[in-house]
Amino acid sequence: MAVNKKKHWYDYLWIWSIIYFALGFFNILFAWLGMIDFILPLIFAAVGGNKWFCNHMCGRGQLFWVLGRNLKCSRGKPAPKWISSKWFRYGFLIFFLTMFGIMVFQTYLVFSGAGTLRKAIKLFWTFRVPWKWAYNGSIFPDWVAQFGFGFYSLMLTSTLIGLIVMVLYKERTWCSFCPMGTMTQGICKIKAKKGNET
Amino acid sequence: MRKAVNDIDICVACGVCANQCPRDAISIFKGCYAVVDAGKCVGCGLCEKACPAGSIKVLEVENGSK
Ligand code: SF4
Ligand code: SF4
Ligand code: SF4
Repeated sequence: MAVNKKKHWYDYLWIWSIIYFALGFFNILFAWLGMIDFILPLIFAAVGGNKWFCNHMCGRGQLFWVLGRNLKCSRGKPAPKWISSKWFRYGFLIFFLTMFGIMVFQTYLVFSGAGTLRKAIKLFWTFRVPWKWAYNGSIFPDWVAQFGFGFYSLMLTSTLIGLIVMVLYKERTWCSFCPMGTMTQGICKIKAKKGNET
Repeated sequence: MRKAVNDIDICVACGVCANQCPRDAISIFKGCYAVVDAGKCVGCGLCEKACPAGSIKVLEVENGSK
């Protein structure tokens, strides 16, 4: 953030994104809290027609800024143009939603009894990493934990991708193709168009 | 005069530029793209340096209008 600007409480939400991953390391049920970061931006976009979440509240975006700019972990070089092109942004959004759908389906399999709980997280939708310590049973049924593992995988994977592009390119290069960012901007554009017609 | 100009077709409306602008010259129009208030912009280029999509650039403009 610019030096001469007044700080708000929400300027520190980058701390939340670190706490989130720490909590999920010890107990996977905390992964559910990530749903806040999923639903809140959509509410802002659908109800308010704005990207206030991205613009002010996103802990992940802030984390990339803090690490990339303040701690100088970013080369700060312009990213290749295709990364912020429409086809790549929407392509990545579709891919991301498909993966989200598969994750929900796996949760359903555990819910229906057709599948069993796997205490592992999957990085980059490919590498399975054992994560046994994060779950030893709870009052909730197994599918709740399965969703936790799946959702945590998604959050961690996207943050890792974001960190990689942060190092290589601009601090917040992730934001130029972040599925949440694309979705909320898409919703805002539709809303703005509708507003103009009426 | 040098002012920030945004290509709204490329802009992803992330708001990083607005957060960086020392003059509060940028706002995100209805969550769609960044708009520069040319009256406030001093052409410092901080927004351009921060923009992850490379959509906002400081360019030579006439009389502060695009
Ligand atoms: S684009 Fe994604 S990572 Fe960036 S601020 Fe928005 S939700 Fe956060
Ligand atoms: S050039 Fe400087 S003053 Fe102008 S909009 Fe960008 S950050 Fe603000
Ligand atoms: S930083 Fe770039 S992409 Fe983000 S809102 Fe500003 S002009 Fe648009």
